[in-house]
Amino acid sequence: MIFTIAAKELKGLFASPLAWMVLTAVQVISGYAFLKRLDDFLQIQPQLVQLASPPGVTELVVTPLYATTAIVLLFAVPLLGMRSIAEERRNQTMVFLTSAPVSISQIVLGKFLGLTLFVLLIVLLVTAMPLTLATSTHLDYGLIASLCAGLILIAAAFSAVSLYISCLTTYPMAAAFGAFAALLLMILMGEAAADGLRARGWQLPAAFVQVFSPMKNFEPLGKGLVDTYAIACSIMLVVVFIVLAVRRLDGRRLRG
Amino acid sequence: MSIPSDATTIYARALTRRFGAHAAVRNVDLELRRGEVLGFLGPNGAGKTTTMQMLTGNLAPTEGEITICGVDLLARPTLAKSKIGYLPENPPLYRDLTVDEYLKLALKLHRVPKVRRRDALTAAKERCGLTNVGRKLIGTLSKGYQQRVGIAQAIAHEPDVVILDEPTVGLDPNQIRDIRSLIRELGGAHSVILSTHILAEVEAICDRVQIMHHGDLVYSDTIAALQAFHSGRTVLLGLRRPPADAELAAVPGVTAVERASDKLYRLQFAADRDPTEQLVQRAVENNWGLYQLAPAQTSLEDVFVNLTT
Repeated sequence: MIFTIAAKELKGLFASPLAWMVLTAVQVISGYAFLKRLDDFLQIQPQLVQLASPPGVTELVVTPLYATTAIVLLFAVPLLGMRSIAEERRNQTMVFLTSAPVSISQIVLGKFLGLTLFVLLIVLLVTAMPLTLATSTHLDYGLIASLCAGLILIAAAFSAVSLYISCLTTYPMAAAFGAFAALLLMILMGEAAADGLRARGWQLPAAFVQVFSPMKNFEPLGKGLVDTYAIACSIMLVVVFIVLAVRRLDGRRLRG
Repeated sequence: MSIPSDATTIYARALTRRFGAHAAVRNVDLELRRGEVLGFLGPNGAGKTTTMQMLTGNLAPTEGEITICGVDLLARPTLAKSKIGYLPENPPLYRDLTVDEYLKLALKLHRVPKVRRRDALTAAKERCGLTNVGRKLIGTLSKGYQQRVGIAQAIAHEPDVVILDEPTVGLDPNQIRDIRSLIRELGGAHSVILSTHILAEVEAICDRVQIMHHGDLVYSDTIAALQAFHSGRTVLLGLRRPPADAELAAVPGVTAVERASDKLYRLQFAADRDPTEQLVQRAVENNWGLYQLAPAQTSLEDVFVNLTT
């Protein structure tokens, strides 16, 4: 059932111009960022050779590419996520799912999966760019894999938050902006708060706050460091918002 | 209300739904047997839609219990919901899907096994007259066709209970006839709850009727009983040269005379004393100019208006 709903979400996304617009825009923006970085790298390459252990093309070109993509996703995912529940409720099609023998958790998980799979497609398309360099240079595949994993976790976190905010209103635009604002706040405040708390030696509150900062959790993976705590935080963030979304939708049935 | 048996498809007892302090539905009992079509009436805002939302598991009742084919809807919602097909007031259509894609999705969500899906799809399209539009986008279809798609998704998985909220709104007279005969046909093997404002529709296709008003169930009876009770006890009499009212009242059997208009009378009479023959005879003898004599119609409308105003 979860997969049926996920497939339906994907079909719905591709039937709308929004999905194609987002895919195109992400490709153009990250393509530009990639080429610009590559160009810069080629210009400073002679100086790099003189360093004792110079950073490679993966670190200087690919890592920033993923950081740029993460920022594009910050705009794109809320827009894609607004469809999933706010728009369904506005068009009164949500009844189609809630009348079927499917639980609310299955609906939410299906929608989350559909949205995340779509964002995964963006990650794959972006990853194809550095892979084109493989013919002419040596790439650090470990770092690329770690960056991919980091971006997927960010995508999942953004999807979960967007999905939850999408449950709060029947105005798709309000849902999109709300999700964007919430994510931006989480990134800005989460990071600052975690750093500030840690500086005072309050490890536990800092660890708690870090859960809500998707970018902070991306950092170690962005450096090729598989930090299990950061990964656990990202997964926890996803779980928290999915549970909130399920409760919210179930509450609608109970309280009207 | 009797104890639910095997033939009972919906058994709801003492349903109450409150929104804050306001009770949208109060203490409603409802029972539906296999093969029955139940007409669900009431003015706008009477609580019909709320009741239907509760019966389909879209809204949890504040109090009361609902059993669908012996399965408790509140305790085992997934199993109970698989026995229901629901067409809400606004058909939940995905405009970006084709009719085939949409109905296939409905079949999948209702857990129809893969081997049966193709046949079920063909059957549903045939029943609703959608065979030629399977590959069209729902968004490009006319309102009538969209309504049919809505009905098709409610019946495609062959549910035991079909709940239709105003299914003939926005259809042309031919389509309404088609949909009515479809509902009648559904009533054979399934049971149907039909909410509507069109009283003639209820009289034409329903076995039983329930009327809601301000959240209460105010009337519940079979159409046959309703017709037996009211039909034949009132006649409309049209006279070009009417005599005094007293003269009409003097006809044996007539219990009350009421002027419907200048020359049209509504006569009530005792159940076993039909004065029609006497009326005709006297009209001819006294040259009253009889031009109309008919049993009064729309008894359901009388009941409805009486109970809800």
